[in-house]
Amino acid sequence: MEPIRTVEGTAYPLGVKNVDTDMIIAAKWLKTISRAGLGKGAFEAMRQQPGNVFDDPAYAGSPILIAGDNFGCGSSREHAAWALADMGVKVVIAPSFSDIFSGNAFKNGILTVALPQEVIDRLMEVAKTDPIDIDLETQMVTTPFQDRFHFEIDPFRKSCLLGGLDEVGLTLARTGSIDTYEQRRAQQQPWLSPALA
Amino acid sequence: MTQARTLYEKIWDDHIVDRQEDGTCLIYIDRHLVHEVTSPQAFEGLRMAGRKVRRPDLTLAVPDHNLPTTARLDADGNRLPIADPEGAQQLAALERNAPEFGVKYIGPTDREQGIVHVVGPEQGFTLPGMTLVCGDSHTAAHGALGTLAFGIGTSEVEHVLATQTLLLKPSKTMEVRVEGQLGPGVTPKDVILHVIGVIGTAGGTGHVIEYRGNVFEEMSVEGRLTISNMSIEGGARAGLIAPDEKTFAYIKGRPMAPKGAEWDAAVAYWKTLHTDEGARFDRSVVINAADIVPTVTWGTSPEDVVPITGVVPAPDSFADATKRAAAEKALDYMGLTAGQRMEDVEIQHVFIGSCTNSRIEDLRAAAGVVKGHKVDGRIRQALIVPGSGLVKLQAEREGLDRIFIDAGFEWREPGCSMCLGMNPDKVPSGERCASTSNRNFMGRQGPGSRTHLLSPAMAAAAAITGHLTDIRAWADGKEQGNKA
Repeated sequence: MEPIRTVEGTAYPLGVKNVDTDMIIAAKWLKTISRAGLGKGAFEAMRQQPGNVFDDPAYAGSPILIAGDNFGCGSSREHAAWALADMGVKVVIAPSFSDIFSGNAFKNGILTVALPQEVIDRLMEVAKTDPIDIDLETQMVTTPFQDRFHFEIDPFRKSCLLGGLDEVGLTLARTGSIDTYEQRRAQQQPWLSPALA
Repeated sequence: MTQARTLYEKIWDDHIVDRQEDGTCLIYIDRHLVHEVTSPQAFEGLRMAGRKVRRPDLTLAVPDHNLPTTARLDADGNRLPIADPEGAQQLAALERNAPEFGVKYIGPTDREQGIVHVVGPEQGFTLPGMTLVCGDSHTAAHGALGTLAFGIGTSEVEHVLATQTLLLKPSKTMEVRVEGQLGPGVTPKDVILHVIGVIGTAGGTGHVIEYRGNVFEEMSVEGRLTISNMSIEGGARAGLIAPDEKTFAYIKGRPMAPKGAEWDAAVAYWKTLHTDEGARFDRSVVINAADIVPTVTWGTSPEDVVPITGVVPAPDSFADATKRAAAEKALDYMGLTAGQRMEDVEIQHVFIGSCTNSRIEDLRAAAGVVKGHKVDGRIRQALIVPGSGLVKLQAEREGLDRIFIDAGFEWREPGCSMCLGMNPDKVPSGERCASTSNRNFMGRQGPGSRTHLLSPAMAAAAAITGHLTDIRAWADGKEQGNKA
């Protein structure tokens, strides 16, 4: 997983409340064999509407998404986080998130930043013309206009995101213990490696 | 003196790599079975992160869920494609991922291919005292050999592939003790259906069940596999049966089993794998074997069981309001009325197979009933699906295939088949199936399908008579069926 320290760039000023996981990625995309490539199905219904932020060249490839309350509500599909990651989104800023979605986002290296609605309103305004800067180390969102907004994050998640450690990565960091265990078991129970033909 | 421990605690303790302050343990996984449906995104995750499979030698990939059970080769010996594009794509992904990550792969036309939970024990891949996982809830089956085995999700599949470990909290322990003498016609399937009826589908939630008592001690290893397989229907993620001489005899000589001095060392260790005298379980359920009769399900949950001689229960007979509402819904879905005799329920389909009941002993039991008879004319489809290519071969050596084919059954290629409505073998909407599988959920065998779970012998008898049949009445000659 890519570590996140600072993310700077344009932001999709979506602003919509209650963006559910069906809106992020519809059910018909769930039959895939891949986590990659779901970006092309992301926000499919919204993209049917003329003038949507996702097809506006000004925001193309933005690493940040700004949304309203209760982002990611609905089903538990991890595909929602896979779709956002595939379209290049690294940070979602909203007043609140569904628990399951923020867990899934975290597992896939996406930072969810919760800030009050008035801050969201201000960032929506800035995003229309200028980039936004997020610094995970200092837990600060800043704009070129001297705005400085501090956000809270669970210390464990913060350290994982800073280190680029997903759950697999975290366990891989304990490889030494696994190696030791494996060597001991191999001596005590030499039959554990199967005779694979 | 060390503290008395249960079998589960012994295996758990033996696999702790690291223990965290909050009690979460990093648990080593000795064996990993992989199939085509729950693995594609896990391999994709490894690929995207540039990771490899830590122990490909402890990993075995076998497709089973999507494979059609019709002929896999054409007249010229070329492999036939899967018609369903999504099924074909998932199979193709496994065939690409296994060699790319160095994982041993048993393909659709290899004679060792079969349902992962049949292949594991059959190949000697599953061994006592080990931890074994697979992205499938019926992984619980392997507990029959004294293996701590459970199903996992796709993210966990990826975690095991990359690290050969899982982060877990210890389960609670539950003893299901069945003592006494089983009555005539009562098979392991009847025992486990009865147990689920007693404890309920949430009875084992949060627990690992250890099956104890003389009934399990006297049971064959294949019978034990049927028992442990359905632990998950009782809510338990895993089941266990202490390994004994029968277990050792079952494993000895299998392709991946230890040999020579390693075999002797393994057996010496396996003999220590039993619950110590004085060890305590968090919960204990004791059942008198004499109370168990040949059993079928009437509803849409595996706990909806009734003796074959019983009647469809009235929803009013349930004290609990939620259960009452569920029963009404189930009867409506199943097209049954309260008070109807189970033996009068007519069926249109028979499925003998699945990871619960597709081994050679199951086929022998079914063939014993079928021999000399014909499938009833009202039956639309009667399938026999061996659990693996090796089971199929053995059955053919014994002439069982001829008995089934002569009676009007279809003799198929191994796979999950009609258990789960994911491949072409499905029960049409509104039609009724006597099935040796493990789940009778709404739509499980296909949209609108109606499932009655039962033993292989009773499924075979139902095929001959056209209705659910008490195997004891069959054996007594009270039920004659259609003579060949």
